[in-house]
Amino acid sequence: MAELRQIAFYGKGGIGKSTTSQNTLAAMAHYFGKKILIVGCDPKADSTRLILHEKAQCTIMQLASEAGTVEDLELEDVCKPGAAEFDPDNTDITEGFIMCAESGGPEPGVGCAGRGVITAINFLEEEGAYDQDLDFVSYDVLGDVVCGGFAMPIREGKAQEIYIVMSGEMMAMYAANNISKGILKYANTGGVRLAGLICNARMTDREYDLAKHLAEQIGTQLIHFVPRSNHVQRAELRRMTVVEFADKTDQAFEYKELARKIIDNDLKVIPKPLEMDDLEALLMEFGLEEEVEADAIGKKASA
Amino acid sequence: MTTETLLSQHEAVIAEVLEAYPEKAKKSREKHLGVDTPEGVKGACDATKSNKQTVPGVMSQRGCAYAGSKGVVWGPIKDMIHISHGPIGCGQYSRAGRRNYYIGTTGVDTYVTMNFSTDYNEKDIVFGGDKKLKAALAEIDALFPLNNGISIQSECPIGLIGDDIQAVAKGYKKESGKPTVAVSCEGFRGVSQSLGHHIANDMIRDEVLPDNSYKKDFESTPYDVAIIGDYNIGGDAWSSRILLEEMGLRVIAQWSGDATYKELTIAPKAKINLLHCYRSMNYVVRHMEQEFGVPWMEYNFFGPSKTTESLRKIAAFFDESIQAKTEAVIAKYTAMTDAVVAKYRPKLEGKTVMLYVGGLRPRHVIGAYEDLGMKIIGTGYEFGHGDDYKRTKDELNSTTLIYDDTNEYELEQFVKRLKPDLVASGVKEKYVFQKMGLPFRQMHSWDYSGPYHGYDAFAIFAKDMDLALNSPVWAHTKAPWESN
Repeated sequence: MAELRQIAFYGKGGIGKSTTSQNTLAAMAHYFGKKILIVGCDPKADSTRLILHEKAQCTIMQLASEAGTVEDLELEDVCKPGAAEFDPDNTDITEGFIMCAESGGPEPGVGCAGRGVITAINFLEEEGAYDQDLDFVSYDVLGDVVCGGFAMPIREGKAQEIYIVMSGEMMAMYAANNISKGILKYANTGGVRLAGLICNARMTDREYDLAKHLAEQIGTQLIHFVPRSNHVQRAELRRMTVVEFADKTDQAFEYKELARKIIDNDLKVIPKPLEMDDLEALLMEFGLEEEVEADAIGKKASA
Repeated sequence: MTTETLLSQHEAVIAEVLEAYPEKAKKSREKHLGVDTPEGVKGACDATKSNKQTVPGVMSQRGCAYAGSKGVVWGPIKDMIHISHGPIGCGQYSRAGRRNYYIGTTGVDTYVTMNFSTDYNEKDIVFGGDKKLKAALAEIDALFPLNNGISIQSECPIGLIGDDIQAVAKGYKKESGKPTVAVSCEGFRGVSQSLGHHIANDMIRDEVLPDNSYKKDFESTPYDVAIIGDYNIGGDAWSSRILLEEMGLRVIAQWSGDATYKELTIAPKAKINLLHCYRSMNYVVRHMEQEFGVPWMEYNFFGPSKTTESLRKIAAFFDESIQAKTEAVIAKYTAMTDAVVAKYRPKLEGKTVMLYVGGLRPRHVIGAYEDLGMKIIGTGYEFGHGDDYKRTKDELNSTTLIYDDTNEYELEQFVKRLKPDLVASGVKEKYVFQKMGLPFRQMHSWDYSGPYHGYDAFAIFAKDMDLALNSPVWAHTKAPWESN
């Protein structure tokens, strides 16, 4: 068995991170027989919905809260096998499988979701969730690296490869650049590396060129450009990945290609995040923004 | 030795001690150290920097905002229940350590020495603990129905995760009709316990003083006073109170040693607020002056000289009948304190003392030592402000080393160089100096003794200092291998 690889998907909220990661991981299991554990690091607990065919019913923090403490939990309570072909016992298609765990956390506006992520990951490690026969552990992390808790997956001994899901929209690129800063912070102490940008296309102007250029500027690669497809939504309504729902479609092959690239990926770098001015210049260069004179900053549009 | 040479010697000592620091720490620390003399130009008491962040890495003796609010101001209020809101440690390790004496049946109508905590666990951090707090409030009222109110003392995590304790307190107050006060005194706020005092004062101002339910039926006399800033450590407020009562005054409230909630609410009815610990309660007396027109006066009940001076100062605020009674009180007790001085002064005369404490003591206890013929050669505040140091100048009687927020290293070095006969400081310093073979008194909670306020207490103070200094044990501290 090859050494366990720990990877993480980061990206701006609403960018399609969970959909992209689940489809990609599903392709890794479906086409390449990989054995995977997904750790959802988002209080919404929707990082495994497409694999389980239902929203995770028992998150680590939810169960810990009911049981009293996290020490009262057993691994089986929180680590669920994926549905149908992703179940370890189902070898109809390949030996590959996906196990699912969700950190869970508080409802919006109370408590500390970041601490929930830390507690959940520590629990999984201590209970030996990573010692099983696995090829990949994949963390799916909410939005931006807003606090120490959400940086937990990139600290020492955790995820070594980070994939940033982004699009050609300005805020998604800001977020990608910010996440790179977070990676840079931990790169020297822990050894985490940026492994590539995944562009989840919104079909904005010159999106591919822009994403590719940003990737180069940060010092990484645009590992794949995932085109928009209605298959994704149709599958999602059935709580399935495209790979499982329609594995002969072009979209499924896109994820297959992304899966292959990740499995073979050996470009892992310490990112060189851009300064804010450079990032804005980049957006202007690609025509997303008109050049703005210094005296126009903060001025309202004239009627 | 002349003042001049002492001054330059002390300055040399400071320079020597500062040498051990790296450049940045040295630059910061040198502003907190200095020398001052009783007379003449402005010295360290005027210039010393204070109430600044402690240099990271040194062994500070400071506490935190929670310690200032729960440990000092709110904790002694005996008929209220004070919840240490957060993980269990803060409440348990600060439990009953301050010896705030009170009268009552603990667990029935008074609760000072008990520890109430919401005992936060991991799940409370992640999911928030407002529901747990609400349940705790209801549980307290079910188990301890005679409580007259609840205060919620925030520990650090509450502020970090943003629990809305103010809303919980407000909701519960409305539901139960009982005083419920949330104090956001998270330990990471501010540079020391001092901010905790201020926050606690502000909550008394906002949540307690506006309660008029007991003020309505209050029958005033012309001689009503309130004792403010006496925490009744070892019974201090009681030995102060008797003197005021013998003077013909009526003490209507003690803040907050042996205090009840009701006493807190009626303090604005006093003719004058008598302030002992300026540092921890000056905020609220200033507020009562502005809002209710109650004047305030500082006093000092350590040692007979200062006590007598203070009694006369207080009496001067009232009429001649009070002043006459005051003189009688002074005459009555002076006979006793003279006897104390006669007994102990010969054994303590000329002994030198270095102080390092908090609140009011770095200046207030100087007079008591001087009554015994002892001399203060160094003093400093853990968490004092500029106004504390300015007030210290008047108390000095010889060239004195001044050290603000000093640390284990500095204090040890100063003691080694100034060679005092007695070190009077806190719990954390006690064994450092005793192991050096130096007499030591723990002056935070009177080393399990007290009271030290007022005339009666002076006899105890004098005995304690004699015990510390003249104990035969010091003749045996030399190691057998040391020659002579």
